[in-house]
Amino acid sequence: MSSKALIRISLGVYLIIFFSYLLGPLVVMSLTAFNSSGFPSVSPWACFTYEWFNVLWNDSAIREGIFYSVIIGLGTVALSVSMGLAASIVLTQVWAKFRSTYYTLIIAPILVPGVVLGISTLVFWDRLGNFLGAGDGSMLSNLFHNGIFLTILGQSSFIASYAMLVFVARLQRFDPGLTEAALDLGATHTQAFRKILLPFMRPAIASASVLAFLASFENYNTTTFTIVDYKTLTTVLAQKVRLGINPSISALAFIIITLTVFAALAFEAYRRNQARQEAVKQGKAKAKSGGILPSFMTGNPAAIVFVLLAFVAIVVIGTAQKYSPEQCKIQVREAKQAEIQRRIKELQEQRLIKSQSEARQGPDIFGAPEEEDTGGKPSGAFGGVFAPGNLSDDADADQPEAEKPSGGSGAFGGVFAPTNLDNDEGN
Amino acid sequence: MGSGVAVDLENVWIRFGDFVAVREANVHINGGEFFSFLGPSGCGKTTILRAVSGFLEPSDGRVLIGGNDMAGIGPNKRPTALIFQNLALFPLMKIWENISFSMEVTGASARERRKRADELLDMIALEGQGDKLPSELSGGQKQRVAIARALCANPDVLLLDEPLSALDLKLRQHMRTELREIQQRVGITFIYITHDQGEALTMSDSVAVMKAGVIDQIDTGHNVYDNPATPFVASFVGENNVFRGKIKSISGEEAVIGTNRSGDLLARVTPTQVGKLGVGDDAMMFIRPEALELGSNSGNDKTTISANVVNEEFEGNSFSVFLEGDGGKLIKMAVPNVGQDHITGRGENLSLHYDVNNAVVMPAGELASE
Ligand SMILES: Nc1ncnc2c1ncn2[C@@H]1O[C@H](COP(=O)(O)OP(=O)(O)OP(=O)(O)O)[C@@H](O)[C@H]1O
Ligand SMILES: [Mg+2]
Repeated sequence: MSSKALIRISLGVYLIIFFSYLLGPLVVMSLTAFNSSGFPSVSPWACFTYEWFNVLWNDSAIREGIFYSVIIGLGTVALSVSMGLAASIVLTQVWAKFRSTYYTLIIAPILVPGVVLGISTLVFWDRLGNFLGAGDGSMLSNLFHNGIFLTILGQSSFIASYAMLVFVARLQRFDPGLTEAALDLGATHTQAFRKILLPFMRPAIASASVLAFLASFENYNTTTFTIVDYKTLTTVLAQKVRLGINPSISALAFIIITLTVFAALAFEAYRRNQARQEAVKQGKAKAKSGGILPSFMTGNPAAIVFVLLAFVAIVVIGTAQKYSPEQCKIQVREAKQAEIQRRIKELQEQRLIKSQSEARQGPDIFGAPEEEDTGGKPSGAFGGVFAPGNLSDDADADQPEAEKPSGGSGAFGGVFAPTNLDNDEGN
Repeated sequence: MGSGVAVDLENVWIRFGDFVAVREANVHINGGEFFSFLGPSGCGKTTILRAVSGFLEPSDGRVLIGGNDMAGIGPNKRPTALIFQNLALFPLMKIWENISFSMEVTGASARERRKRADELLDMIALEGQGDKLPSELSGGQKQRVAIARALCANPDVLLLDEPLSALDLKLRQHMRTELREIQQRVGITFIYITHDQGEALTMSDSVAVMKAGVIDQIDTGHNVYDNPATPFVASFVGENNVFRGKIKSISGEEAVIGTNRSGDLLARVTPTQVGKLGVGDDAMMFIRPEALELGSNSGNDKTTISANVVNEEFEGNSFSVFLEGDGGKLIKMAVPNVGQDHITGRGENLSLHYDVNNAVVMPAGELASE
């Protein structure tokens, strides 16, 4: 009995750890989208704000990136789904002896690093252009050096393999006798394909399309080589990270997460509703429960959650038009100024003491306390930003300290860059 | 509807690599006939059917339908319709769309197709069920839909690959009669495949019995049962008791076979083997369980078998009595149930006699259960 309880408790603890590991970063990221602080952070909490969504909306680079990401995503879906479908059908037709070889060959692109795919796509089409004698500026040459064209091809080269895996799973449950039956009843091979196999594959085509679109949308390492002079969302983001980011990225992440949750809930609600209607049709369930809920929500928690969330979203968007955090921000800025003044004073006092002791011990240990300041941060890899030149201006160096003592995100070392601080002041 | 079109297989061989699935098949099927291929699992029945419907080309020989050589003509161009072993109804289409699929591919309008489908639904006693999906039908209903779908194509020859094997016994018996009725109504040639000899015998005008790619006998059901051509046919079609031995004497159509346990027995030489048996040849004699009777046959010990009872089973309409036979095999006798409590006791020695006409002898060969 007690061991059972123990198991249950440890299972609960495990689940909590597991889900916080899984969802924690997303929650934190989402929260940072609403903090007025200039660098994505949760603590210290400055002011609740929607301004990052505005910043995001006005960021033409991101808008353009999303636009091209969608274009490329659609192109990749079209190309990789048709290639994957063809490949999976060939797999069922190919001579049994070659089947495993063929399978390995087709799956291989998944195992090849995306970087390699990107570079080879770029090189291949360039060479092909040369080989075909497509001179600079000719239509062919333009096409072969077009970032969108190359990215669709580069991404499809491995996304088609994913699509094929989805199709193979579905095809395994297809009875080839159905195609034969269609042929026997006078259908041509094309008709048998269109009327029998394709409808059967439709659910797999839908999920492969979603998969392909998502894989294309989030792809970076192939895209970065093939995109040439265009940009996608991922390459824009990567560029931003290099130059220093602000929470508008979090706002974007929040939007994407919200859309995903909505889509998942809507799909689940739809699915449950279908299942219920099916059950009603077969007389296994009552048509109406007679409760207060509309019929499509009865026995359908996903639909209820969906409706509630949609309601919350509408309220939030509505208040966002009115809400202004200016008052709060002014207070925060004043508090910050006061803090800075206090620190400057402190430092001046310290210097005074130091210069007095310096007079006695010599100048060689100057700077030691400063070093302690930076050594406390985990962002060792980006220590460069604390270069002496930076430190020379005490006020500057201390400002991020006051704002973000946790400084936990080593990967975003760039945020300590001076431009960022300007930005912050600008708020 | 098309009417009786003959189907001929001339010297048909079908090989898969080195494996011979069908060996030298020569079959003539009359137009409008109900013809069955009967044989155990894996003997090549489906393979023959696929050669007729056009899904595979014979490695050798010709397939003729209505006198026309079918070489190079695909399944969608042949005047045949195949009912698959697993029916192969299109799961995503409604019943009426399934039935009228052959019209859809020729571009008939939805109204025409619906009309024809409804006619056929009437015929198979499923009126009003056209808007269901195949998954919403029972096994027997699916069966009938498959038949309607095949008939909708107006085939000259309907090919049926063990269509009843998935059904339970009652439904199977019902569908047998129904299939036979449909065949007589539409008057087209049916080629029916089964490993169930009862099915073949009840429905067919002619039966071809197959063994491992070879057709052993083509005849009416009656003849296949009464005058089997080979030990395989004798033992595969219906139950049979086998007695092995050597031919002792032959006079005209009767022969005496010397057996180990049961002494000399008299039997009729099976018609196709008359003249092919010689004295001293290894032979097999077959007697059906229902042809054995209790009691000795007024002195003629060449039609009397004596053996010890091993076991007795009650089967409802009859009792099965098992007696010690040749080489550890049991002799089975069927005694009609006319109200007896039981027939005999274990270990009792019985004398059984039979009519010479009911015992057939032929050269020794492979048996079905071996
Ligand atoms: N495509 C194929 N390749 C190789 N061998 C095959 C192929 N199709 C059938 N065979 C072989 O041919 C033989 C006959 O097969 P077939 O399907 O005709 O049997 P069947 O008489 O219909 O049996 P069942 O009653 O079990 O359906 C089998 O031994 C089978 O293994
Ligand atoms: Mg078969």
